[in-house]
Order: sequence, then C-alpha cells, then structure tokens
Amino acid sequence: MGSPFVTRLDGPAPEVEVARDMIRRALPAAPVLVLLCAAMWSVDGAISSAYGIAIVLGNLALSAALLAVTARISLALMMGAALFGFLLRMGVIFAAVLLVKDAGWMSLPALGVTLVVAHLGLLFWEMRYVSLSLAHPGLKPRRSTPHSRQPAAKESVAP
Amino acid sequence: MSLLHHAIELASEATTTAADSAATTAADAKAAAGASSAGYAYGLAAIGPGIGIGYIVGQAVSAMARQPESAGMVRTTMFLGIAFTEALALIGFVVFILLKFV
Repeated sequence: MGSPFVTRLDGPAPEVEVARDMIRRALPAAPVLVLLCAAMWSVDGAISSAYGIAIVLGNLALSAALLAVTARISLALMMGAALFGFLLRMGVIFAAVLLVKDAGWMSLPALGVTLVVAHLGLLFWEMRYVSLSLAHPGLKPRRSTPHSRQPAAKESVAP
Repeated sequence: MSLLHHAIELASEATTTAADSAATTAADAKAAAGASSAGYAYGLAAIGPGIGIGYIVGQAVSAMARQPESAGMVRTTMFLGIAFTEALALIGFVVFILLKFV
C-alpha cells in the first residue's frame, strides 16, 4: 500500500503524450500555414512562418518535458517548474525572435500571425480529442501490449 | 541691399532648422511613446497568464493530492489549461513585436 501523502507522480506522463500528439498533427498541417504566409508575404513570409511553427512546437515540447521531469521528482517542484517555466519559455521565445528580427528573411507580421494561429489552432485541435477521451474514457485507444492482449474469441463455424 | 538679403537668408535658415528640430523631436517623442507602450503591452499581457497558470497548477496539485487515481486526467487538463493561458501571453508578445519593431 502506498503512502497516503502524494508527493510525486510516477508512471507515464500524459503531458508528453499530448505534446507528442500535437507535434504529430502539426507536421502535416504546417505546410498549409507556410503556403498561406507565402501567398501573403512572399518567400520571407514562408520562412518566417516555418520559424514560428518551430518556435511553437519547441515551446510545447519544452513545457511538457519540464512538467513531466519535475512531476517525477516532486509536486511542489512541478508547480515551480510550471510558473518559472512560463517565464523561461517566454524569455526563450523573446530571445529567439530578437536574434533574427533584423535578418533579411524575417517578416515580423508573418511570424506574429503564425505564432498565434499555430498555438491556438493546435490547442483547439488537440482539445477535440482530449475532451472526447475525457468524456468517454472507454473510447480512448490503448496501446496493445503482450500482457494486455486478450485471447481471441473462437469464430463460430457454420454447420 | 546685399546685407538685407543676407539677413533674410539667415532668418530663413534659422526657421528651417527650427522646423526640422521640432519635427525630429516629435518623431523621437512618438518613437519613445511607441516603445514604452509596447513594453507596457507585453508586461501587462504577461501578468494575467502568470496569475492564471499559478491558479491552474495550484488547483491541479490540490486535486492530485486528494485523488491520486485521477492524476492522469488532471495532468492532461492542467497541461492544456496552461497552454491555453499561455496563448494570452503569446498574443501580448506578438502585439509587442509588431508595435516595437514594425
């Protein structure tokens, strides 16, 4: 029997799964956004849009990794990581934009639009699946492992 | 006559310089106001998400401490809540870069 006081969370990290899902969905959808920005801001817009998508995906991955790693150590540390991770990630995004703002290929409007649209779009897209699996946990697909496999039912043979 | 003409030229140059100086001062003042507004926009936009993330994580930790068996669901919701709240800060950041650098 475990301790009645939960101070850390072992086991699989759902944040990492959610972030991985979002990145997996973003990869095929990213060219659409890049093409839209290319149509509006030419080649500079396309490159800036790709850079913005990379920033958004990196931000999500870093957030999930910070929460997952710290939750295995301590819940209090996870709380600290969520708050200071917010500051850290905002600083990283700021530095990433500041480094390239004067580059010849940078189109700041395209980057700004991509940052907001990609972040919110991916979140709403993921929210559809997560809310469905929370509302109907039985529908959530599970990874089949050798231990969880059930013996296949015998097919009835027609006489 | 020549002296009068020279005086008029000098007066004209002085007027032009004063006008240029006033225009430069107005442009500088506008740039300074834009820069400080951008800073305020980013700073104020980061306050709300900071409070929101703190509240979300605090409530999530409380829920996980009360019901450890539902930790997975709580963590999933918490992560999405954090990301949604962070979108506000990102919008503030985008406004900042558009005001400051464009």
